[in-house]
Amino acid sequence: MSRPEELVIRGGRVVDATGERAADVRVRDGRVVEVGVGLHGGRELDASDCFVAPGLVDLHVHLREPGDEEAETIDSGARAAARGGFTAVVAMPNTQPPLDDAAVVAAVLARGAGSACEVVSSSCITKGRAGAELAPMGEMHALGVRIFTDDGNCVADAGVMRRALEYARSLPGAVVAQHAEDPGLARGGHMHEGGWSSRLGIPGRPAAAEDLIVSRDIELAALTGAAVHFLHVSSARAVDMVREAKARGLPVTAEAAPHHFTLTDAMCATFDPLFKVHPPLRTPADVDAIKAGLADGTIDAIATDHAPHTPEAKERTFEEAPPGMLGLETALALALTELVEPGVLTLIDAVALLSWRPAAIAGIADRHGGPVEAGRAANLCVIDPAATWEVDPTRLASRARNTPYGGRKLTGRVRHTVLRGEPVVIDCEAQR
Amino acid sequence: MKHLLSVDDLGRDGIEEMLALAETFVEITRRDIPKVPALRGKTVVSLFYEESTRTRLSFETAAKRLSADTMTFTVGSSSVKKGESLRDTVQTIEAMGVDAMVVRHSSAGAPHRVASWTDASVVNAGDGRHEHPTQALLDLLTLRTHRGPALDGLQVGIVGDVRHSRVAHSDVKAFDALGADVTLIGPPTLMPESLEGWPARVVYDLDDVVADLDVVYLLRIQLERQSEALFPSLREYTARYALTAARAKRLKADALVMAPGPINRGVEIAAEVADGPASLISEQVANGVAVRMAVLWSLLGSGGSLV
Repeated sequence: MSRPEELVIRGGRVVDATGERAADVRVRDGRVVEVGVGLHGGRELDASDCFVAPGLVDLHVHLREPGDEEAETIDSGARAAARGGFTAVVAMPNTQPPLDDAAVVAAVLARGAGSACEVVSSSCITKGRAGAELAPMGEMHALGVRIFTDDGNCVADAGVMRRALEYARSLPGAVVAQHAEDPGLARGGHMHEGGWSSRLGIPGRPAAAEDLIVSRDIELAALTGAAVHFLHVSSARAVDMVREAKARGLPVTAEAAPHHFTLTDAMCATFDPLFKVHPPLRTPADVDAIKAGLADGTIDAIATDHAPHTPEAKERTFEEAPPGMLGLETALALALTELVEPGVLTLIDAVALLSWRPAAIAGIADRHGGPVEAGRAANLCVIDPAATWEVDPTRLASRARNTPYGGRKLTGRVRHTVLRGEPVVIDCEAQR
Repeated sequence: MKHLLSVDDLGRDGIEEMLALAETFVEITRRDIPKVPALRGKTVVSLFYEESTRTRLSFETAAKRLSADTMTFTVGSSSVKKGESLRDTVQTIEAMGVDAMVVRHSSAGAPHRVASWTDASVVNAGDGRHEHPTQALLDLLTLRTHRGPALDGLQVGIVGDVRHSRVAHSDVKAFDALGADVTLIGPPTLMPESLEGWPARVVYDLDDVVADLDVVYLLRIQLERQSEALFPSLREYTARYALTAARAKRLKADALVMAPGPINRGVEIAAEVADGPASLISEQVANGVAVRMAVLWSLLGSGGSLV
């Protein structure tokens, strides 16, 4: 009857862009071959009490390879992604050397080929992320790159940003993604500028630093007609401006990170650099605005900005430690616990923000995020929405430990992840 | 109390107790042999990541007068430059067996981080632009001998670079806790970005308030700040905010002048004012030792007898 390489995901409810229904899913040769009730055969994965969804897509991860393999490797980062339900991640280019050259991009893609999720490479807008000369965007586009960003650095010069956008118009599907923080205002700052920074004596990065660049780049999108994506939007005003830009019909998209809808600048009172991130954790009003932007569709994607650092790097003072926090293994649970459970989002909207909407931005909708139906690539995740668990930093698949959520109890967990028809996570444990 | 990281750790009652204890130590420091065996067998380490001869010597003198053993760890003579993390350094020192670490660092919260990695007591000797609680205590001790013990309604003006000043931050909290009304005076570029956590009002024109002040507290202008364009020139700063001889004449007859030293004579304060009869500047330095003896004794003394 059944062939040995066949996989049946049994007993769950399928959730995708077409809706929700009880169904089993048969997978063979990397593809979904049958969706229906009462399917059996081959290897069976138990999905009872679970949702079976298209694999999640993270537009924003730092895999640290090449250059900082002590903190993370493509392999360990991909494993963390798979445990978080992600079947594709977009690797940011602020590595050493940076991904501003086709040879380095090709090497990253080759290293990612056998890993536990699909590793999609972004690449730099400017050489060395220095904000001056354009990187060879066309050569890297030819390797499949669609997202161009100097992430970690803002493209501060409006003229350079304009030229990057104009040039990107000749590259089908290209998106220029901005780390929106004006360096003139943010430089020397380590947390959100406001009451808490003033109390704590930590130099601040004002929300105006983000708002200025978002405002400017919306006008550049209007001027050039090219697609602009705003990475990790964190301020209330930025959400408002993106909403207005979309109402004007401009080709603008935005993502938000879980820490920006779950944590505030008050956490910095611990002086623990686990809470240091750029753009910084902001006020409760900003958190509310991010949630509203996620709920009304202004924000297109939840992206983790997964940023591993070694323990030594964070065992410094708040001002001296590098910014960034882990995200891949907690993102879905945070969305379910903090957005779906309180009724900010429906489950299907949360999965949309984590799967098919970012897949479209990344240009990988042909193989990720599509409806669970026969003929589609079998990139899937099985979510147990009622599972409760406590975040234990020592048990993460990431090489790094810098999660700000250690000890936090979350509801919802990825039970299985299937990549190209192969189970890469079974019962919460990575298989690769 | 295990650590002294912030003036907030004390509160009004804690400040009063610490000042009362410090007054006892002032008496001890005036003896022919200004030394007591109170902390014999205890070890106090100065962990200084930032240059500060005055504060370090003040703490070390305090520890020695309590008969504690002292060690000094400064960045220049340490392995920090080899890339050792703060935690590694703390745990190395901890392994030598110490009872207190006196921490000075250019980053806010460094003493809080140190406290999370050691069983020793930690004293904040100045962290970034955050706090400098023992400076605030010695300022209060000095002021109380002239205007005390309560400071209710006393008009205190803190003039200068408040934004970058840990001394100002601790002083505002401490003066406020004892009932004084604090006014911060300087250009907006040197005022805190937000007044949350700063129980004080802000005034931009020193001449508007100088005649109403009981205490003028002058912060040192860090000359290197000029490159940040926080004010147009030293000349302009001196013209608008220095306690010049002419401005000093407008002070109340019994007004007092304080500064956390070192001072730039001729920049934020005229030399004749710094050395004049209203100045408490050298008294502040002397009281520093007694206050730090009180702090070390409260953290490490474990109820033993003082004499």
